[in-house]
Amino acid sequence: MSDGKRKQPARRGASAAASSETVRRKTPARRRTEAEAQARPAGNGIGSETRGKVLVTGAAGALAQHVIALLREHYDVVGVEFRGVQAEYPDTVDYVVDFNTRPFEDVFREHGFMAIIHLGRIRFTQSTRNRRYSANVVGTARLLRLALKYGVEQVIALSTYHVYGADARNPSLIDEEYPMRAANLMREVVDAVELENLFNIHLYKHPELNISILRPCNIAGPGINNEISRMLSQPVAPCLFGFSPLMQFIHVEDMARAVVRSFERNHPGVYNVAPDDYVAYQDALQQAGCRRLFLPSVPPALARRAVRALGRYAPPDYLIDFFKYAVIIDGSLFARTFDFEPEHSLTELLSHYRGLK
Amino acid sequence: MRTRQFLKPRTVSREVDEIVDALPKHNIGSQGYDPWGLNPDTAKITFTAVRWLYEHYFRVRAHGLENVAGSGRLLIVGNHSGQLPMDGVMVSFAVANKAEDARLPRSMIERWFPSVPFLGNWMNSVGGVIGDPKNCAKMLEREEAIVVFPEGIRGSGKPYRLRYQLQRFGHGFMHLAMEHGTPIVPVGVVGCEETMPSLVDIKPLARMLGMPYFPLAPLVPLPARVFLNFGRPMHFANDARNEQDVEWRVEEVKDAIRDLIDTGIAQRKSIF
Repeated sequence: MSDGKRKQPARRGASAAASSETVRRKTPARRRTEAEAQARPAGNGIGSETRGKVLVTGAAGALAQHVIALLREHYDVVGVEFRGVQAEYPDTVDYVVDFNTRPFEDVFREHGFMAIIHLGRIRFTQSTRNRRYSANVVGTARLLRLALKYGVEQVIALSTYHVYGADARNPSLIDEEYPMRAANLMREVVDAVELENLFNIHLYKHPELNISILRPCNIAGPGINNEISRMLSQPVAPCLFGFSPLMQFIHVEDMARAVVRSFERNHPGVYNVAPDDYVAYQDALQQAGCRRLFLPSVPPALARRAVRALGRYAPPDYLIDFFKYAVIIDGSLFARTFDFEPEHSLTELLSHYRGLK
Repeated sequence: MRTRQFLKPRTVSREVDEIVDALPKHNIGSQGYDPWGLNPDTAKITFTAVRWLYEHYFRVRAHGLENVAGSGRLLIVGNHSGQLPMDGVMVSFAVANKAEDARLPRSMIERWFPSVPFLGNWMNSVGGVIGDPKNCAKMLEREEAIVVFPEGIRGSGKPYRLRYQLQRFGHGFMHLAMEHGTPIVPVGVVGCEETMPSLVDIKPLARMLGMPYFPLAPLVPLPARVFLNFGRPMHFANDARNEQDVEWRVEEVKDAIRDLIDTGIAQRKSIF
């Protein structure tokens, strides 16, 4: 998988290495207003019509495809994918390369990236815990090392609201300062927490990277294949008897806009991304046209066994608490900082899934 | 959702419908939920039963409701009693049922409730919120009114022999009031002690069931008359120098509640 590149990166090490030795800014870049973001100068040399070159990881994913489509208007975009070898990739993927292998550096040598949008993260259901840790944490550490070496000016990282963990004692409207309790509550989610810690360390140690970490709520919509989206797509979806936690959803197109907005405005920091609208899980299932399959909820061991028995028709057993307890995040800081408001309503989003039935 | 759609037209009277429709719902989203899970349709179904309990079973008499402002952040602080959180339900309904400036104050519930099937979701959908300082802070920022019983389980789980004796108050509510510039309306609740008098707390059974206490008490609440007395709003500046200052302010609130309890006991002519 690691070296299965569709396009072999050319080796131009000398010029790139030189850029790593230039004096880098040690303070965060000046925050940009919308007007300044629009007027960003061409960063791709004399005569270039674009504002610079941007690396997007996880380029085969639905979110990345939307992000790349938005970015291509003003930027040169290079899409990198590292998740498995597939027969066919969308045209957003320029390289298929493992972050932990040496050829990945060639991509940086080939292109002078001004920014990285790191959307490539192996989700909880996609691999084993060790494999996820290696790809998500060790691979990202290398990505950040390369970003420093080649003078990347901005990094946007996609995290998840799962880092807060699901627990009966969670308050509502969790803000960014709340502890990432998933590390304590669910061992399987620890790679997501580690990934965030990695970015947080770089955020303060290397302010010149201008890192923004986005923690979105459930992303859903056309093309999205995460756990909650699979549940909403199925004609029959499992739910735990007596539990219907409140949830938040963001449409994939809105999330793509949020990613691009945070890139263009450049306000480094950690942000929850979620609309100020809520729906109970069982209500969402019914609005999406799903029939509910009630699973026993107590004792917890029986619930886990029932979920395991359903295989891929149910969420993985270690995520079961997210279908039991509400994890509502406060997206107001992001909305205020980036003047962001979702365009797609919750009704519209759930209607999409109803239309699939 | 389907259960609600089935029950609502069959149970909810026009009066209850009007009471809930008149309440401010500035935090409720497009799907009928606010961030803490409040759902007006479920509240209507529940209020139908609560209204009967309020008017006919406990025959509640509420005084001083004009002290509860119709908008803006507010903490309603009272004495806790009666094993079940009936006092919180009665205080909330009294404020929601006001002739003018009605609003639905949110009640703090124990942290273990959300882990109980049905009960957790139901309590959230009628305005219950787990007693977490972050929750309270967010609600005050969104201009909600909150009912707080700073005695917690020390008050609700106490045996009948300690009736109307205020137990130790936590200081969290006072810190919240000072930090968020929130007035405190004290409320004295009289009668709930007699709804479920407990002889003793069976601690081993409580531990085994993971409950905060297990009272030896009647299986259903007794129909004692309930008197609610709301006091004048108390304002505290955010200038406490140390925790001792905070404690004195908490004692001020406790004194106000004691006076209101005495008023309620004087108003009561018979327990049942």
